[in-house]
Amino acid sequence: MSEQVWPLYEVFIRTRGGLSHRHAGSLHAADDQMALDHARDTYTRRSEGVSLWVVRSDRIVASDPAETAAFFEPAADKIYRHPTFYDIPDGVENL
Amino acid sequence: MRPEQTLTAYALRLGDSALILGQRMVELVAAYPELEEELANANFALDYIGQARLFYTYAGELEGAGRSEDDFAYFRPEHEFRNLLLVEQPNGHFGDTIVRQFLFDVYYLLVLEALTRCSDRRLAEIAARAEKELRYHLRHCSQWLLRLGDGTEESHQKVQQSLDELWRYTGEMFAADALDDAMRTLFDGPDLGAIAAEWHRDVAAVVDEATLSMPPEQHMASGGKKGVHTEHFGYLIAEMQNLPRTYPGATW
Repeated sequence: MSEQVWPLYEVFIRTRGGLSHRHAGSLHAADDQMALDHARDTYTRRSEGVSLWVVRSDRIVASDPAETAAFFEPAADKIYRHPTFYDIPDGVENL
Repeated sequence: MRPEQTLTAYALRLGDSALILGQRMVELVAAYPELEEELANANFALDYIGQARLFYTYAGELEGAGRSEDDFAYFRPEHEFRNLLLVEQPNGHFGDTIVRQFLFDVYYLLVLEALTRCSDRRLAEIAARAEKELRYHLRHCSQWLLRLGDGTEESHQKVQQSLDELWRYTGEMFAADALDDAMRTLFDGPDLGAIAAEWHRDVAAVVDEATLSMPPEQHMASGGKKGVHTEHFGYLIAEMQNLPRTYPGATW
């Protein structure tokens, strides 16, 4: 491997028109254009997508694992946020 | 020469340049310092070899003597290969590899574009398919030329030297011989004079942006189109043909 490590990029692929981009993995590249080329060569060799996004991993703002409790647990007991209090009329198949 | 013979010889010549460049790049498989470039290189190599297969298969059908793509690739001697001298040059360092591919790709893409408009339908179809692959190859190696040329002092100096040393193999691309003329007359094939002008313009644009200098006018090497190769070619062929010649008919 080279002594100097290229920055890490995250790769997002839109698999078909109409679908949203989904995270596919990551790769190393020296600049944005190279990251796009590498994403194409590494992640779409078998027709996996029709559109690519790449973004430097250090530009992603992530939630802090130490704050998981404060971030996510309060949602656990708010059952009224889930649409489970409606009576579904008979005969409705697709809801 | 009958029209089909012109097409056969022309398809073989196209296939030879694609195969030999592909083989050179295959030599680098598992040798790249970065995983992503490693994959890119292998993808490109397989694109060229895939194009060679299409050209060889068509040539075999035109010839009608029962020769397959493998017969053309593995069972012809050195002097029957008509690839450009440029593509058989050794890989050298990364700058040499990139410059070799760049100079060839600009030319090859122009030839393929012209062939999509030629009057032979099958050749036009093969060219249309290869053209898409080549657009991406060219994008990739142009970007590398920019990075290396406009990179560090060392990369600039090294890639300038690659350009200067490989330049002498670019002349034969545009030196139309009887086959090029026949292809143009009979099948509305590429006009190498027009392609030469476009090639110089396209190459100069990238070289300039990469802060490199165009090499001076110089004596141009030739011979590839006649089957007269540089000293490196025998070794390349020996390695490429070793397995099928040692074990004829070998399969996976």
